Amino acid sequence: MIPEIGHFALVLALVVAVVQSIFPMIGAATNNAQWIAMAKPTARAQFVLLTVSFACLMAAFLESDFSVLYVANNSNTFMPTIYKVSAVWGAHEGSLLLWVLILSVWAWLVSVFSKGISAVMLARVLSVMGMIGVGFLLFTLLTSNPFERQFPIPLQGRTLNPLLQDPGLAIHPPMLYMGYVGFSVAFAFAIAAMLGGKLDAAWARWARPWTNVAWVFLTIGIALGSWWAYYELGWGGWWFWDPVENASLMPWLVGTALIHSLAVAEKRAAFKSWTILLAIFAFSLSLLGTFLVRSGVLTSVHAFASDPERGLFILIFLVLVVGSSLILYAIRAPKIRSTGTFTVISREMGLLINNVALIAMTATVLLGTLYPLFIDALGLGKISVGPPYFNTIALPLGLVLFSAMGFGLFLRWKKDTKERVFAKVRWVLLFALLIGFLVPILFMEFFDWKAALGVALASWVSLTALLWVQEQGRSPFKLPLSVWGAAIAHIGMAVTVAGISLTSAYSTEKDVRLEQGQEYQMSGYSFLFNGVKEAKGPNYIAQRGEVVITRDGQEVATLYPEKRNYGPGTMPMTEAGIDGGFFRDLFIALGEPLGKDAWSVRLYHKPVVNWIWIGSALMGLGGLLAAFDKRYRRVRRRITESKVVEQSDTDVKGNEVTA
Amino acid sequence: MSRLLIMLVVSVSLLSSAAIWAEAERITFKNAQSEENYTALVNELRCLVCQNQTIADSDADLAKDLRAKVYNMVEAGQSQTEVIDYMTARYGDFVLYRPAFKMKTLLLWLGPIVFLLLAIFFVIRWVRAQSSSAPVAMLSDDQRDSVRELLNKTQ
Amino acid sequence: MKKSALIPLGIFAVLVVFLAIGLGLKPREVPSPFIGKPVPQFSLPKLMAEGKMVSPDDLKGQVWMLNVFASWCVSCRAEHDVLTRLIRSEKLPVLGLNYKDESKDAKEWLAELGNPYQHIAVDLEGQVGIDLGVYGVPETFVIDKKGIIRHKATGPVFDATVRDDLLPLILKLREEKG
Repeated sequence: MIPEIGHFALVLALVVAVVQSIFPMIGAATNNAQWIAMAKPTARAQFVLLTVSFACLMAAFLESDFSVLYVANNSNTFMPTIYKVSAVWGAHEGSLLLWVLILSVWAWLVSVFSKGISAVMLARVLSVMGMIGVGFLLFTLLTSNPFERQFPIPLQGRTLNPLLQDPGLAIHPPMLYMGYVGFSVAFAFAIAAMLGGKLDAAWARWARPWTNVAWVFLTIGIALGSWWAYYELGWGGWWFWDPVENASLMPWLVGTALIHSLAVAEKRAAFKSWTILLAIFAFSLSLLGTFLVRSGVLTSVHAFASDPERGLFILIFLVLVVGSSLILYAIRAPKIRSTGTFTVISREMGLLINNVALIAMTATVLLGTLYPLFIDALGLGKISVGPPYFNTIALPLGLVLFSAMGFGLFLRWKKDTKERVFAKVRWVLLFALLIGFLVPILFMEFFDWKAALGVALASWVSLTALLWVQEQGRSPFKLPLSVWGAAIAHIGMAVTVAGISLTSAYSTEKDVRLEQGQEYQMSGYSFLFNGVKEAKGPNYIAQRGEVVITRDGQEVATLYPEKRNYGPGTMPMTEAGIDGGFFRDLFIALGEPLGKDAWSVRLYHKPVVNWIWIGSALMGLGGLLAAFDKRYRRVRRRITESKVVEQSDTDVKGNEVTA
Repeated sequence: MSRLLIMLVVSVSLLSSAAIWAEAERITFKNAQSEENYTALVNELRCLVCQNQTIADSDADLAKDLRAKVYNMVEAGQSQTEVIDYMTARYGDFVLYRPAFKMKTLLLWLGPIVFLLLAIFFVIRWVRAQSSSAPVAMLSDDQRDSVRELLNKTQ
Repeated sequence: MKKSALIPLGIFAVLVVFLAIGLGLKPREVPSPFIGKPVPQFSLPKLMAEGKMVSPDDLKGQVWMLNVFASWCVSCRAEHDVLTRLIRSEKLPVLGLNYKDESKDAKEWLAELGNPYQHIAVDLEGQVGIDLGVYGVPETFVIDKKGIIRHKATGPVFDATVRDDLLPLILKLREEKG
């Protein structure tokens, strides 16, 4: 019964989405107040329906209802409850339901927190989001229905991929989707602004907090994925430039460019048409990511479903959404006039360099990810593009970006002079170079120029951020959240880059054969291997090793690396033993038994690896602070302004009317 | 005499413990160059079975065989290029995670930097063109401070 | 309409074309770099004749196949019938490469399923497999009268593979001069 309710709710949601797409949009074009007013209720109804649908699927999992094919394929009665819950989005069909649910959540939030936005604009925004919902709901219902039943009903289900049976990985998809789908809000605002013909600073101001929050979620989602890969896969690696990883990084890079570009569009009435284009790109890349992951076009460990039929559906949807928005852009572009001018030395220029560097990085990642496909499609054979390529190109681009990050904070809007800026930052620059040079020499075993460069750039960015806060002239506690947000986010990025540079250059790995009672020395630590015993978990059997780590005679930690077997049809899983610390991680993974009580064991010493994720958390915090700055919440006093805006909205010929 | 004996005992025990530790390492190399070559190669060759891992990370049988092959070649003094040629002769360019620099990968390797340079060139040109229309006066630092004070008062 | 505003659309269109083509490709399959090149030389002990060696030269002048198999390989079991039928109906000489297998296990396997091979080479360490660019078992090479590899099939040989790929090629190659 419950799966039927869920299915029915899903179908109703599609109907509501169709209504949400059509009526408010036509109402906005013809100034039909009743049809315009349908936007909010339909968005809210969709949210309720999809919540019901999702809850039904979750109930089916919690009850282990194996008559539902999706439940039987991804769950069994022995699985711990938390993984029965995360299995709801653990495979293709359920993850799509999560996608549309989150889309409806964002639309609902927009409908609630939209007091300052004109009704006409809001109608268009929600309508666009409704259209996206229609596409995804059709895709789900026609090709990937999670509520499909099967008969006869098996007594036991299969299992969720053991790799996914982990708390970190349980939360990673919802975070990512909140980000991907969140960019649809900026996209919807851009489309609505183009359709309405009003491309002044207002749309940028409205879109900014939504875009910032979406960016925060995406940052956290990517960081969680990277952290999970590090502690779960057992190789000490945390980024592989795998196609699916790249699919999440690209919208993030463009999203970062977008949040900076929105700042300029809002404050300086410049970059207007470029910002619109970025909003389209960010969401398009989210959709492209969905396509790459689910179509089987690229090989990836992450790929959900390798189904060309589903891939075709998504491709058609992608063509419709992106194609129509780019056509609209081409039509409207001549009418978008940026009035703010600026000189070569100015904050606008700094942000422009930021955008160029980020877009160059995005283009590179896209090129590298799709290049094997291009070559194969042209019949030129099969090649691979992997980490060596991406790491090589990332270096110069990162250099450009980070240099700009430091100067950008100090440059004045519109016009500034080299001398003035240099006078402000020259000591910081010197200091940063010094730190970059000294840290490897003083704290590490040898000098690595890439690490030194990374540390220098990181110091440059964090010190300039702190100097900028101090420069504001007021007590730090009286500063607006947006200043704090920017400073913390920049420092977060710096911490991440410092972590990446140092850990890449100075990690140690040893693959050793250890017998029971044997000790091994590495990086100043002593590892005593106490053999391997069998241990049982709720749905697995493990070989559990014990390693006692000491340093200068003092005990540091005892770690229990495991090799788990989750049953037939699954690969053995490595659970690494990790002693985490602010300055280093000690990481141990069991290899395989080598006979005579001996095992192969991999030992890693990874300096400051946790800075990568601490930095990401800081970036997320910074973004969140900026999004909640007072001026976005002051909209209640703007009721009079919105009346003016409403009246000028009727001018649909595209003549610019500034509020 | 007893000092000599102590020194002898200490050095023997140090040597033997070093021997134990060295023994534990599963792969030992003739020299640093050999180890460097091995590590570099094994992290850049793609496993054809588990196609999203390097042969260093993969547990597949073929990965083990190929690691052993790389080890033997590297210990025999062969260069990284020679090992790469050997592998591509048998498995094609697919096995290289660092794409070879050829005609067909020209766009891949040169594309990004060309794009960056062109973008910066056009951007600077555009900015110069649009800024030359209106000369701008800058506020002095004193004027800025008084503006800031005024803003602070109205917060 | 400003022409430059159409550039993003243009780039997108090109991208979509490639993605659409991509839907029909097989990214996991790795093509053999040996197509059109001579079969790599080797000399391995024969499975069924103690002390004797076999090499590709023994089959020069004929159109033949090299089939990589092992007793531990489940797919090899699945393709065995199809392969046997092809060999019998076309009187096709096939050299079986027994890849990383214990000879005792291989002999038992062949005794159970039947031995359609003209020769069987024992590649215990897998070195010849590496020299041939083998990355999965089973794999099948089609070699012409001059000893040039003309086709490689990865994975088990099905009736469809025989009908569409192997048989037409074998017949065509037989027409060629040796």
